[in-house]
Amino acid sequence: MRGFLINRLCQSLVLLLIVSVIGFVVLNLIPGGPLAQFGLDPSMTQDDLNRLKEQLGLNRPLWMQYLDWAWRLVQGDWGHSFRDGASVLDVIGRHLFATLLLMGSSTIIAIAIGTWIGIRGATHRYSVFDYLATVGAMVALSIPTFWFGLVGIYVFSLQLGWLPAGNMYTIGDGSALNYMHHLILPSIVLALVHVAIWSRYMRSATLDVISQEFVKTARAKGLSERRILMKHVVGNALLPMITLAGMQLPSVLTGALVTETVFTWPGMGRLFLDSLGYSDYPVVMGLLMFSAILVVLCNLITDIVVAIIDPRIRLS
Amino acid sequence: MTKDLTTKSTYSRRDALRLMAAGSVASFVAPNLLGKPAYAQTPPTTPSGRVVVGLSQEPTVFNPLMAHIEVDDAVHFSVFDALFRIDPKGVLQPNLAAEVPSQKNGGISQDGLQWRIRLRDDVRWHDGKPFTADDVKFTLELITNPKFRAWRTGGHSLVRDIKVVSPTEITWRMESVFAPYMSFLAETFIVPKHILEKEADPNAAAFNQAPVGTGAFKWARRIAGDHIELVANTEYFGEGPYVERVVFKYIPDMTVLYTQFKSGDIDLTDQAYISADHYQEASKLPRRVVKLQPGASVESIYLNLEKPQFKDPAVRRALYAAIDRKAIIDAIYYGVGTVTETFMPQQSYYYNPDLPAQEFNLNLARKLLDEAGWLPGPDGVRGKNGVRLAFANSTTSGNNLREQVQQFLQQTFAEIGVEMTISNLPAAVMFGEFWLKSQFDSAISGVAHLIAADPDATNRLHSSAIVAKGGKGSNVGQYSNPEVDALLKKGAQTFDPEARRAIYLRVQEIVRQDLPFLPLFSATYVIGRKEGLEGSESNANTRTASWHAAGWHWKR
Repeated sequence: MRGFLINRLCQSLVLLLIVSVIGFVVLNLIPGGPLAQFGLDPSMTQDDLNRLKEQLGLNRPLWMQYLDWAWRLVQGDWGHSFRDGASVLDVIGRHLFATLLLMGSSTIIAIAIGTWIGIRGATHRYSVFDYLATVGAMVALSIPTFWFGLVGIYVFSLQLGWLPAGNMYTIGDGSALNYMHHLILPSIVLALVHVAIWSRYMRSATLDVISQEFVKTARAKGLSERRILMKHVVGNALLPMITLAGMQLPSVLTGALVTETVFTWPGMGRLFLDSLGYSDYPVVMGLLMFSAILVVLCNLITDIVVAIIDPRIRLS
Repeated sequence: MTKDLTTKSTYSRRDALRLMAAGSVASFVAPNLLGKPAYAQTPPTTPSGRVVVGLSQEPTVFNPLMAHIEVDDAVHFSVFDALFRIDPKGVLQPNLAAEVPSQKNGGISQDGLQWRIRLRDDVRWHDGKPFTADDVKFTLELITNPKFRAWRTGGHSLVRDIKVVSPTEITWRMESVFAPYMSFLAETFIVPKHILEKEADPNAAAFNQAPVGTGAFKWARRIAGDHIELVANTEYFGEGPYVERVVFKYIPDMTVLYTQFKSGDIDLTDQAYISADHYQEASKLPRRVVKLQPGASVESIYLNLEKPQFKDPAVRRALYAAIDRKAIIDAIYYGVGTVTETFMPQQSYYYNPDLPAQEFNLNLARKLLDEAGWLPGPDGVRGKNGVRLAFANSTTSGNNLREQVQQFLQQTFAEIGVEMTISNLPAAVMFGEFWLKSQFDSAISGVAHLIAADPDATNRLHSSAIVAKGGKGSNVGQYSNPEVDALLKKGAQTFDPEARRAIYLRVQEIVRQDLPFLPLFSATYVIGRKEGLEGSESNANTRTASWHAAGWHWKR
């Protein structure tokens, strides 16, 4: 176990190094840069722009900028946003709650409904329900989320007036009920795709297990179908799903770009898009490293959890 | 329903009915600015209600002296005051200053070098400390502090020997005569010395995240990525404020911005306003007032005058006559656009309304080219002395409307024997060296010519502002006319608005005749507000619809 951990840790550090170098280079290759937003402002002369460039340290060679940034990061200093001057960790922290709320609730919805649809689809294979679920999953997967979002807003907010047309809460009303009211539409829209994915995986995992010998044995023992399903099938079918959930976990914290934009949700996805738009290098790099670390961590945790649950797997 | 929650808290159905009964009379009353409320206006005596303003970019820079973009202005104008303010007619009004200095009242010396500003004595910072001339001195010095990431330093860098004569009087000397500095000061918000002088690094001051000003509204809080909330400053020295809270809500998508205006989540649309394609629908919405407001930016075809095709004024005139501007505005821009003949914004005090109007006339265009000797070649494209009348036109790729304009122009130009090819670039590339160093043949772009609404257009029209010829500025079309140069120089050294007006009217006349660029229309904003929100007159001499939140109030 210890050898495994050290090995994985070293691998992860190399991975993070590669991610950071590629990220930094690509980011700086994008034409424009942080001062492009002032390009058409008649007030800013070329002298003003050069002065700002120097003050932000952007006139140094790229490798020097990278080393400076990386050295600070190693020391725990994630840098400051070019836009509002706040520290990058602060900026991330301020957007984390919104994303956690939205992604958390949509993931819970997706897993609960997806698991149910998947198992039912597998036990009632080729039934009307199964066909509908298959078609539904295809539709949900192929239609873009922003379209679902806009249609949802049109129907439920503008036509029926039942649900708010976006935002995390009504300004001036911070009650939990108000948050939940605002959460309904975006979390369902976001969950749609995940339900589709989750139910497809769950269905095939369940089918795999159902055709196993031990299920036949259980039937031969005279167990009820319900007992077989709950005790022998579901547990085994969920095992590969842990890995899937582990891969899904980072996105719970890094956010959903499109949905957050359509529903004016102040989360991490939109922060990333905005920061990219302004070429706010410290924040973009911060977000990149944040999600890279999350992916690495979640994969590690998933492997360990699977090993603990399933004694057949040994970490080595 | 979220509708009523987000408007003013006292809104009731009865109010709504009364509103409808009052009908259009309500929208008739023009709100006054900076002073006496106009006839029939009854703003409340204590601030009440709330106004939610929608912005399509997030304000993030709250120190008004630091490098910032247009949306940040909405917050700056509400939290801070400058020495002067510019009104919707383009006239400077005193704000923190007790009077607007002039050579007549002795505020500016006859040679234009010595300035003296008298300040109000009844102004307090939001934390209760009195505002004095020391704050003004500190502000002007901070801007030119080399460590400080300041916004514009033009004008400020000429200031020398700042002296605080008394708490209500400050003087300085200018290195050279520069009349536009007066307008620059109207966009230079004064920051508190007693808070910022303690900071070792002014770029990282806590103040930058929680500003303290003298303005009509105090900083309450910011939810990053979502909104900024301000509360009424009941001790404000000027008119207002009449509403208790102002919220600047960030809505990143233009369609969503409009949807939230429609659903009633926002009360007023600020930058980037309602998109043109929603204009027709928006103007029919019940209980919403939607208006067109020509802005400071002019959408034009910029011609690179150093290219042989464009050196002949007859070509420029012919091309101008071949542009069906009405069709472009109505058919492509959804009717949102205002024809103009000049770079000067129509709300400017210096706008020249008497310029000859362009007329779309293909026969005239052909005649002009024939007379100038540009005759059709074997391929139908005109030419003269070996120069084909063919050129490329560039704009930012992905801008649908501009691309449609290009295709439209391509067809009409072809009818007069001119070949225009389309060659578009991503915005970041287009406005880099390609634009600044005049590497284009012709380009379509919206450009503002004025800085801080001052009529001085030296930066765009003076021959010393051509970067491609080693100059400093952004005269990207490489326009050069000695008479305009001389007038611009004179205008920048003249303080009296009347005298300046004559100069800039003449500049516009010459530019209209020379046609260094072909104006398509004034970029026009579709500003929407909820019925009942009074006092929100727009002001094209500023960059924000929230330039005077102090005057906003809900009709009772």
